[in-house]
Amino acid sequence: MLSIRNLTGTGIGPIALKLAGGEVAAITGPSGAGKSLLLRAIADLDPNDGEIMLDGEERLKMSAPSWRAQVAYVASETSWWAERVGDHFEDKRAATQLLEQVGLGESALDWSIPRVSTGEKQRLGLARSLMGKPRVLLLDEPTSALDAANRELVEQLLTGRLGEGTSIIIVTHDPEQAKRLKAKRYHLEAGLLEATP
Amino acid sequence: MTFIALGYADLVIASLLLLLSGLLSIFLRLKIERQIGIAALRMVIQLMLIGLVLKFLFQMVSPLWTGVAAAIMIALAGREAAARQKRKFSGWWTYGLGTSSLMIACSIVTVLALTTQIRPEPWFDPRFAIPILGMILGNTMNGVSIGLDRLMSSAVEGRAIIEARLSLGHDRVRAFKPLVQESVRAGLIHIINAMSAAGLISLPGMMTGQILAGVDPTEAVKYQILIMFLIAGSTALGTLAAVVFAARRLTDGRHRLRLDRLA
Repeated sequence: MLSIRNLTGTGIGPIALKLAGGEVAAITGPSGAGKSLLLRAIADLDPNDGEIMLDGEERLKMSAPSWRAQVAYVASETSWWAERVGDHFEDKRAATQLLEQVGLGESALDWSIPRVSTGEKQRLGLARSLMGKPRVLLLDEPTSALDAANRELVEQLLTGRLGEGTSIIIVTHDPEQAKRLKAKRYHLEAGLLEATP
Repeated sequence: MTFIALGYADLVIASLLLLLSGLLSIFLRLKIERQIGIAALRMVIQLMLIGLVLKFLFQMVSPLWTGVAAAIMIALAGREAAARQKRKFSGWWTYGLGTSSLMIACSIVTVLALTTQIRPEPWFDPRFAIPILGMILGNTMNGVSIGLDRLMSSAVEGRAIIEARLSLGHDRVRAFKPLVQESVRAGLIHIINAMSAAGLISLPGMMTGQILAGVDPTEAVKYQILIMFLIAGSTALGTLAAVVFAARRLTDGRHRLRLDRLA
């Protein structure tokens, strides 16, 4: 269970949100409303105040790196620091399994980063974040660069994780995606979050 | 061989060359005759003043006055290192980081050289302490300012990558490691080049000076080698300190990238 109370940060808040294991919150809202800022604040990437608990444990009681390993933020545009895809994955066997689930084979590990397409990077980025088996996923438009077939693969993967008890907060512009993931729906405007019926 | 002292008349003759460059500027309409004149005048006044200051310091042989002179030199070098930065921390942080790194590195290396290798009597004798510190400081300042500049600009440009790593649960040390390595390397390149070129492409200034002053070339070379080692050590230490301090200031205790701390 992820519980957020009184979260405030640059451009957002105060925000409250509760999400049980296996639940999805889909957030929509106009550009500049603070959707990415909200996800970043939950991941503790920007200075923020408020109380966030994961399964009863206060965020500030955990070191920031171990918090982020469990509450994983996946930016809409992924970034890569090494030359090859495989250099970003420590456990190659686990990586291969995940890559297959997002429609990429083991050979993707040998790809050189500059030659990877935006859509492939988006799937690779999601796979990279799933490697540590986070309990909460904070996804910023995770399928924005994907065609229908690959989007479906990603949604299947996410549905699988939900079944294992992972909670997901997803920023999406696609109301159908929220429905397919059986998400609770929220609207963010001017930094404030409201549940939509 | 002995030292040949120069008279003021000798300087006047040499200044004719300056006049020549001024005339060239007028004939070729380069419009830099004024600048040449002002720069030359500044150089003469500054050097004469520093000559008087050094003469005073050398007569005093006092730890207090040597310390004051060293502190002023370090403060000025810190200001220069900070002034060369394209991106700065808000407030006094850039100046503070640069100056404290210079102070740590240059004082350790200078004191070490004076007490264990050159060993003048007393060890703080300004005739040795001030020139040695000056040479070490000038080079370390280059390393510090290049290293800092590289770190700050690569943190700004590499923001997305740093935050991607932090998002994956990497701590700030791990996320910044490649930037720190690259910045320290950049700061050290000039001293590596200087060592490689020494004697072949350039005759280092101190050695040349000693030879002109009548010192046997093989003795002058020994001094130069010692100075090169001191400079290399101090540049490495100072650059590493500045880059590590700055990387810490660019992040916080919750391992966030804090570019908002830049001015």
